[in-house]
Amino acid sequence: MGVVMGDVEANSDSKLREEIVAGNGLLNRRTLLRGALLSAGIAAAGTAIVDAQENVGADAPEWMKTPGRPFSAYGTPSKWQEKVQRIFTLGPGRAGTGVSRTPLHLMEGTITPGGLHFERHHNGVPDIDPSRHELFIHGMVKRPLAFSLDAMMRYPMETRIYFVECAGNSGAYGAPQPAQITAGELNGLISCSEWTGVRLSTLLAEAGVNKEAKWVIAEGGDAAAMSRSIPLQKCMDDAMVALYQNGEAIRPEQGFPMRLLLPGFEGNMNVKWLRRLNVIDEPVDARDETSHYTELMPGGKARQFMFAMSAKSAILKPSFGMNMKGAGLYEISGLAWSGAGRISKVEISADAGKTWALAALTAPVLPKALTRFRLPWQWDGRPSTLMSRATDEVGGTQPTRASWVAEYAPGQGYHNNGIQSWGVGADGTVKNVYA
Amino acid sequence: MSMPKCLGIFPAAAFFLLPCICGAQGPNLGRPLTPEEIKKVDITVVPDGRGLPSGSGSVSAGAAVYAKTCQSCHGSQGAGKPQDQLTGGLGTLASGKPVKTPASYWPVATTLFDYIRRAMPITSPQSLTNDEVYAVTAYILSIDGIVPADTVLDAKSLPRVKMPNKDGFVTWWPKPPR
Repeated sequence: MGVVMGDVEANSDSKLREEIVAGNGLLNRRTLLRGALLSAGIAAAGTAIVDAQENVGADAPEWMKTPGRPFSAYGTPSKWQEKVQRIFTLGPGRAGTGVSRTPLHLMEGTITPGGLHFERHHNGVPDIDPSRHELFIHGMVKRPLAFSLDAMMRYPMETRIYFVECAGNSGAYGAPQPAQITAGELNGLISCSEWTGVRLSTLLAEAGVNKEAKWVIAEGGDAAAMSRSIPLQKCMDDAMVALYQNGEAIRPEQGFPMRLLLPGFEGNMNVKWLRRLNVIDEPVDARDETSHYTELMPGGKARQFMFAMSAKSAILKPSFGMNMKGAGLYEISGLAWSGAGRISKVEISADAGKTWALAALTAPVLPKALTRFRLPWQWDGRPSTLMSRATDEVGGTQPTRASWVAEYAPGQGYHNNGIQSWGVGADGTVKNVYA
Repeated sequence: MSMPKCLGIFPAAAFFLLPCICGAQGPNLGRPLTPEEIKKVDITVVPDGRGLPSGSGSVSAGAAVYAKTCQSCHGSQGAGKPQDQLTGGLGTLASGKPVKTPASYWPVATTLFDYIRRAMPITSPQSLTNDEVYAVTAYILSIDGIVPADTVLDAKSLPRVKMPNKDGFVTWWPKPPR
């Protein structure tokens, strides 16, 4: 799986033991940073002398001996990366309603490239002519206004990094038996981008919101006219009309020319292809806030308007489909996030939750954004169960899978933030397990 | 929500103050909308009936619309397949095998009208007349007896339809109930 960090056999056992902070070989999160396992003194490499009659290219790879290919107008990933694709349940090329997922297990860092951002469409991706698109703000306002893209471009903008997570992300984790699917298939309905746009509160202030207003009905310009009720409070807080994603115009799949961005709130509310904001005094019980995106509980009642995504994490390395190549030092790595704010800590267990160790969080740790965590692990080659547990700055933390499942009626899949487990076998295979 | 009164007097100060209050101050480039322009695009329907258009539709007219426009995806009498099941499932929500349909799960009937009007049929959304949308809403609701077979739905009667699961939702906003 390509994360073997080095050979520690040369180190004394005592050195290793000093670094262990939790059961089954979890090491201090600063171990590798300090180089605590390195043996002192590295022999100087011998200096080779090339014969005067030899050209240095004799042993060079061919790509060093001929000029490379020309410049390109818009770069694409290396051909060696062609497996890094969005993940489909039903296959690409289908319009209508459905999803594609971000291949989280094949990626690193925290930012999702535009072309790998997960998709959720309710009737395909509209091909919107930006010159014919306006955002209407009307309803309980003093001055109903339309904003063209050109007009919007002249507004003060801000740039912030946020995740967008579908409410149905990790829904398969509620299944009675653990699905043997990759971490991307399980958790890939989340992506994280640098978004640039105009604060929604700026536009609403210009329209002049009336006192009786409490909600804003957002509507997309797609062939589903996707619509959600958004609390006015959120709209006046950190909501944004996003125009750019990772420095380029928002991709069509993400709402070109403009989308609503509600940091930390379930993905469906971040209405893409935003065309209308109707300021109003009550929610409308839209189809996607009644039929869908509501959470049925065991007694038959359903939670409605559970907007913010809860603290959550997933170990991506190692994860299902990877093979650990024998005992040794590995880096456990994954992503954590919370719709309530910053991640304050991520704990890792290598013994099915008996003991936990603090993972290192990669700076910057931003609110409502993906946070990368890492922890060195000295795997002894025996069967192990890995878990991660995220806690956010308001104290929200992940429940066990069992307690999450007990909260909801059978078969429910929204807002699943139960602690996930990977089982590492003695043969190095990694499986999804319920522990 | 309204901007502080001092802004007109101290525009420079406002530039620094506003981000904390309601975002940056914009250049006021919104194009004023006329009531006619709004009317053309405002398809919002509120559960109390606000926003419902004129027109009406009967169960029998709806059966014809359904057969022609909906049945190929939603099955005979809304039984579902290949797409969502629209009927049945009543009483299943607490059963351990919940079946969510408009009849068993949706709290208000206006949602059905609103969703059909804005998004259905999926191959040609927004192509049905308001009369047809009222009619097919009436037909779907009649299959489970939520409305009688002689029902005609319109802007007055639709909001009065009592859905079986009207009290089935507990709001989690602004915070979960205690």
